[in-house]
Amino acid sequence: MSLRSPLGKVRGLGSAKNGTHHWWMQKVSAVALVPLTIWFVSSIVQMTRADYEVVINWMNSPIVAVLMLLFIITGIYHLKLGLQVIIEDYIHSEGSKVLLQMLVTFSCVVIGTTASFSILKIAL
Amino acid sequence: MPDTKRPLSPHLQVYSWSLEMALSIFHRATGVALGGGALLITWWIIAIATGPDAYDQFRNVMSSIVGKVFLFGFTFSLMLHMCNGIRHLFWDIGKGFDLEDSRRSSKMVIFFSVVLTAISWVIGYGII
Repeated sequence: MSLRSPLGKVRGLGSAKNGTHHWWMQKVSAVALVPLTIWFVSSIVQMTRADYEVVINWMNSPIVAVLMLLFIITGIYHLKLGLQVIIEDYIHSEGSKVLLQMLVTFSCVVIGTTASFSILKIAL
Repeated sequence: MPDTKRPLSPHLQVYSWSLEMALSIFHRATGVALGGGALLITWWIIAIATGPDAYDQFRNVMSSIVGKVFLFGFTFSLMLHMCNGIRHLFWDIGKGFDLEDSRRSSKMVIFFSVVLTAISWVIGYGII
């Protein structure tokens, strides 16, 4: 049995206006990022002194390209969700809040798209 | 914020700092820092896609002292955020809320993020 009134249910969904969806997406992306981060770091530490040929041959492999895409897209999505909450917590004026949220969204989309395009350009 | 006459809860400066509080705010701080890390990775990928000259430029910047300080901060932020994030996932399924468990997991988070950072740098650069 829920203690929430029908009106509360309709209006409700908390201050973010979307219920637990945001929180859940943060968790799902976090779970995905654990193995992806371990893969990324263990790959990258072997290439700190690598020449261009070595690195580009590595990223040419379809498996590496797909894992890089997954890491970048999941990571940027997780970043966007996290920064959004920080802005909601600390910025109280409605104008700068909306402005900052848009700035974060645009920046994340630009970074994610640019990185993804570059990975595809290398691998295809 | 609306001006109300209701009593306010005690704020941050009232409490004595605990390991859990420090890790909580560090989780946020490292999360923001990892935004910078995302920019760094993006620059790296763009440099590889652009060509050998752009890649060498990136590698030269990252081999400098300033570059290495950034990389080290990035590595540690990533490890701390990942270890503490895993702890958050356990909290989310309702495990490890006891004071004793929390204190133990705080120490584990710090231990593992230091160890994982050290391992990465030993493999990556042969130094700590």
